[in-house]
Amino acid sequence: MKRRTLLAATAVAPLAAIDRAHGQSGKIQIVWWHAMTGVNADEINRLARAFSESQSEAEVQPVYKGGYPETLTAAIAAWRADQAPHLVQIFEVGTGSMLASGPATKQVWKLAEETGVALDPAVYIPGVRGYYSLSDGRLASMPFNSSTAIMWYNKDAFAAAGLDPETASATWPDVIAAARAIKAKIGTPAMGAVKFPITSSWMIWVQLEQYSAIHDLPFATKGNGFDGLDAELRFNAPQQVKQWDRLLGMAKEGLYEYGGRDTVPDALFYSGQAAIGFGSSAGRGQIAANAKFKWGAALLPIDPEVNANPINSIIGGASLWTMTTKQRTAAEYKAVAQFLKFLAIPEQDAHFHQTTGYVPVTFGGYEKSRADGYYEKQPGADIPIKQLARGKVTPNSRGLRLGRLAEIRNILYEETEKALQGQQSGKEALDNGTRRSDRVLREFQKSVGG
Amino acid sequence: MERRTIFGHRLLPVALVAPQFLLTLVFFLWPACEAVWTSLTRQDPFGLHSQFAGFDNFVELFTDSLYRDSIGRTVFFMIAVSALSMSSALLLAVFADREIRGRMTYRTLLIWPYAIAPAMAAVLWILLLQPRIGLIGVLLNRHGVSWDYHLNDRQAMLVVVLACAWKQVSYNFIFFLAGLQSVPRSVLEAARMDGARGWHRFRTITFPLLAPTTFFLIVVNLVYAAFDTFGTIQALTQGGPGKATETLMVKVYRDGVVNLDIGSSSAQSVVLMIGVIALTALQFRFLGRGGRRESAA
Repeated sequence: MKRRTLLAATAVAPLAAIDRAHGQSGKIQIVWWHAMTGVNADEINRLARAFSESQSEAEVQPVYKGGYPETLTAAIAAWRADQAPHLVQIFEVGTGSMLASGPATKQVWKLAEETGVALDPAVYIPGVRGYYSLSDGRLASMPFNSSTAIMWYNKDAFAAAGLDPETASATWPDVIAAARAIKAKIGTPAMGAVKFPITSSWMIWVQLEQYSAIHDLPFATKGNGFDGLDAELRFNAPQQVKQWDRLLGMAKEGLYEYGGRDTVPDALFYSGQAAIGFGSSAGRGQIAANAKFKWGAALLPIDPEVNANPINSIIGGASLWTMTTKQRTAAEYKAVAQFLKFLAIPEQDAHFHQTTGYVPVTFGGYEKSRADGYYEKQPGADIPIKQLARGKVTPNSRGLRLGRLAEIRNILYEETEKALQGQQSGKEALDNGTRRSDRVLREFQKSVGG
Repeated sequence: MERRTIFGHRLLPVALVAPQFLLTLVFFLWPACEAVWTSLTRQDPFGLHSQFAGFDNFVELFTDSLYRDSIGRTVFFMIAVSALSMSSALLLAVFADREIRGRMTYRTLLIWPYAIAPAMAAVLWILLLQPRIGLIGVLLNRHGVSWDYHLNDRQAMLVVVLACAWKQVSYNFIFFLAGLQSVPRSVLEAARMDGARGWHRFRTITFPLLAPTTFFLIVVNLVYAAFDTFGTIQALTQGGPGKATETLMVKVYRDGVVNLDIGSSSAQSVVLMIGVIALTALQFRFLGRGGRRESAA
């Protein structure tokens, strides 16, 4: 008797699951977890709606899950409870961890193979797709919102300091000279709200990861981790130490204001307190909405003594991972693949790019935006694209494929904050950072059984 | 006459206890056992590879000088928060216990902060102390104090201690006020007749009579500072600059939720669990006995 009830229950369970996947409208429901807010979230909702209206079989339900780290954690916990969403947006530093997720995710190439929906990697811009590809070029996750680091500067402040507001400083010696000129004029009426010359958001990402990439310096061995889990960190080489000493020196001289971790310093630039703000190219919308001064975008400055021929910078942002559950059907995976294909349609990609400030991830999206005249209307909006496409991609500029990279960034923040307080030198900060981060990498390697 | 309810049925008491028992089982005992088990393993985030690692995670923790630093920092933080919040609460309670106008208003206002969510409390303090936008922060910088708790270890510690202590003042205030009100007036009056002045009277009569309350509050405050301040610290400093405000609780979150190092963070929560068990045992042992002695005297 009891056994029969159990059998009946197991027979009904998959049916219930299918029902859940079909929802009330009878369409296949695709659940998409994301980490976007504000304008970006509106755009996510628009994409979901547009896809749901474009065909009659499936519907996409976007669900906001908190910031990037929370979304990653939530996705992992959900998979362990067999409740994973169909799609989840995972930030670029989580890529290393997601690649070690085995059966929890279905990589893009496999999804395309199984569903027969063609998802061609060639439509994506190489600098973007490289970050999310396996070393043989197959796509692991779907490129989505991508940005890179650039330099924003206050044109009014440049003019007030007697600098040419239309030419941003291209090299670090120029940046320092400009910063000194600005500092000399702080407090004068022409300088307005400016309180210090420079700040940087995402200090580790911009000043160390991007700096290493554009100067073609290794961040880690094994092609920055792409070629194996046994990579070791190399960011304490003399060239990077030089950059750290430069920043620490500028901080001491009152040219550089640290401001805090991650996006905290963003506000220092658009509120007009910092004349130069390093940050994500995706900050464009926010700056446009808040800045009460003329501003410009510029390429990241280079150090000609380290490398006079800079190459591409690397991307930040996130990609979409397809997740599995035990009851997920072939039809659901097919709908997921169709949605991913939909996102690559030039009109959709261009719309996303133009509303959010993220770079287009497909060639089609870029061409469409150019045809729209977007870059004439928004001068400087193509700076991140130019920087991403500069030179030839090397193993040092392909991206970073390191497990627990978010933790490594935190370690570097901690060591750098100590150095900024004068407790240690730039070299000590990077040496300690390397030592502690290498331990993290070994732990990760052990935990995934590599 | 003693009244006692007799249950005729055996099932009724079981049924009455069951909900609480189930809640404890599902939300406390089960996760706790799980934590003890995972603390003995090494796992990847997805739980695909799980190896038994014995006490490796614990050995790694205690050989890690950063973890030992974090223990020291947490102890300092607990003592600072408890001392600050209890002393200011006691002071306020003594004043609010006097015959003053608008006594009830003061009391109500003093209890308010207790109802504020930790993250909100942090935001209030940010609005005051943030070096660029905070009221006090801007003033300090204008008057030549180089104030920036994002970059200065000591200032950061000061800020989190202030914010966390402030949140607990209300709780302590309620208990001290109740304690003060239960001090027998006759004893105080007798002391006054004998010529004991305010401070002397407080030191020799009121404060000793408050001892059970004080001891209870010490334990509660230490536990609060160790376990309930995560939200405030996370919102204020995220444990930075460097590791200046990374208490054990912040570290568990950082390693478990952000870094997904499940083995190590489970081991840390087991260490914390032992800590809280020890504190509670201490409280039961001393408060149980001490309280009885007080009432006997």
